[in-house]
Amino acid sequence: MYNLIGAGLIVIGGGIGLGQIGGKAMESIARQPEAAGKIQTAMIIIGALLEGLGFGALILGA
Amino acid sequence: MDQLINDFSPGLFIMQALIFLVLLFILAKFAWKPIIQSLKIREESIQDALDAAERAKQEMERLKSDNERLLDEARQEREQILKDARQVANSLKEEASLDAEKQAKRILEDARLAIKNEKQAALTEVKNQVAKLSLQITEKLLRRELADEKAQKELIEDFVKDTKLN
Amino acid sequence: MIKKNTAFFTLLVVLFASSLAFGSNDEEAGHSTGGAVDTKEEINEYIHHHLKDSHDFTLFSLGESGTHIGFPLPVILVDDGLHVFMSSKFHHGTAVAESNGNYYAVHHGKIYKTDAEGHIEYDEHHHPTNATPLDLSITKNVVGMIFAGILLLFMFGSLAKSYKKGPIPTGVGRFLEPLVLYVRDEMARPNIGEKHYQKFMPYLLTAFFYIWLLNLMGMTPLGFNVTGNIAVTVCLALFTFFIVQFSGNKDYWKHIFWMPGVPVPMKIILMPIEIIGMFTKPFALLIRLFANMTAGHFVVMSLIALSITMKAAFGPAAALGMSFFLALFISIIEILVAFLQAYIFTMLSALFIGMAVEEHH
Repeated sequence: MYNLIGAGLIVIGGGIGLGQIGGKAMESIARQPEAAGKIQTAMIIIGALLEGLGFGALILGA
Repeated sequence: MDQLINDFSPGLFIMQALIFLVLLFILAKFAWKPIIQSLKIREESIQDALDAAERAKQEMERLKSDNERLLDEARQEREQILKDARQVANSLKEEASLDAEKQAKRILEDARLAIKNEKQAALTEVKNQVAKLSLQITEKLLRRELADEKAQKELIEDFVKDTKLN
Repeated sequence: MIKKNTAFFTLLVVLFASSLAFGSNDEEAGHSTGGAVDTKEEINEYIHHHLKDSHDFTLFSLGESGTHIGFPLPVILVDDGLHVFMSSKFHHGTAVAESNGNYYAVHHGKIYKTDAEGHIEYDEHHHPTNATPLDLSITKNVVGMIFAGILLLFMFGSLAKSYKKGPIPTGVGRFLEPLVLYVRDEMARPNIGEKHYQKFMPYLLTAFFYIWLLNLMGMTPLGFNVTGNIAVTVCLALFTFFIVQFSGNKDYWKHIFWMPGVPVPMKIILMPIEIIGMFTKPFALLIRLFANMTAGHFVVMSLIALSITMKAAFGPAAALGMSFFLALFISIIEILVAFLQAYIFTMLSALFIGMAVEEHH
């Protein structure tokens, strides 16, 4: 039960984080379309780091 | 977490490590090394070709500018030559006309002189002829007039008549 | 009788649909019953069973008769000597196998040492407490790895060979060469640096294509779940960990133990954080790959199972259609994830290596 609450919290936190990353990346691409490739790479890496964090927490809690 | 640890299979871990290591070494030796080497060689050759093309382009540019310069020089030279020629021609023409004028004047002068001399000569000749003729005529006349006595007497008489004895 | 037949028919259609949906993973039916998969519990059991390694290669099972279509794999155990026998001795987990006087039984895909009757003791967490021999069997995952390895050798061997004929590769190499260039120019070069990247190219290339191929193999109906197995990802992450530590230069260790440019109290605070960071990086790598692939398989299989669980509510046709399109959609995303996870793993490995070999001024 507590596991599931924890998982929910992790998903909320991860979702906020991913939203921030994605949103900011979109904004920067809109501002500088010529740098889209670099921004995308950086976005994916940060997203992956966040994902690792979230999964780590999920696995530790499960 | 404990579920995961329970699921962890040391045997599979060992097998994976072995297979991956073997794969890594075989691939590294027989695939990655030749592939990366070939890619590098190809890229270098492409770079070389690009560099050569760039160099050729620069050479072309240089040659072109050289040609341009040569052409320019030739054009200038031609202009110079033409100018010189024109100058020479002009001066020649001028000289020629001056010469011709001088010559003409001299010829004229000579002609005039000659004419004058001829005239003089002709006049002298004419005078001499006239004098000679006059003498001849006079001689013939005298000879005819004084052929008979009567005429001689008459003449003397005339003379005597004209000549009044003072 | 009629109900059983319907269940079997549904399972067949599900298997067919799953193969069509690029994917997903059909495997033997719930091994405890050996029959069709109908209830939620059975489906759950089935999915969990699939996510684990198994000692035989079963393509699918016939519900009514309980026969399994597939072939057994050799079991190799190290337990006071070597025990080698075929997994058919377990009769798909229903029988106790005897080898050189020792008895072994399979429980949730894992081999335990038991007595002659196959009793398994459990602790309070419902985990078996029986002794486990070192299991070096050629399991389904090992078969998958070997298959992937042979495929990689074949593909890249032919690419390497095609360079002997001319500078432009022919055939399958035309497709593979841009991928090699992608790993080199997008991952290794920018992250590790022009000076050192060549040394790490073999590892990065091998890891990238190995993970990608295994991820994609997980999408086939053969039902490999190699990269969704924690032992495999732990091993891969350990390779990265050791490569990073062994290629770390003086600056790297200095940044961990005595961070330059900050006051002394901060240095002392930062030291344990950096040391923990050394281990969390590969830990995040292994967890990410494992969790993504496991979750992907789980979602696809759950969506396929919708055709069974939703049958009562919507009728067979609607449930099947819904499950087909949802599974198709998720499968397409999973194909992307298969690439993305291989990319992330290689990219982050390159990044960590780059941090270790970077020269500070």
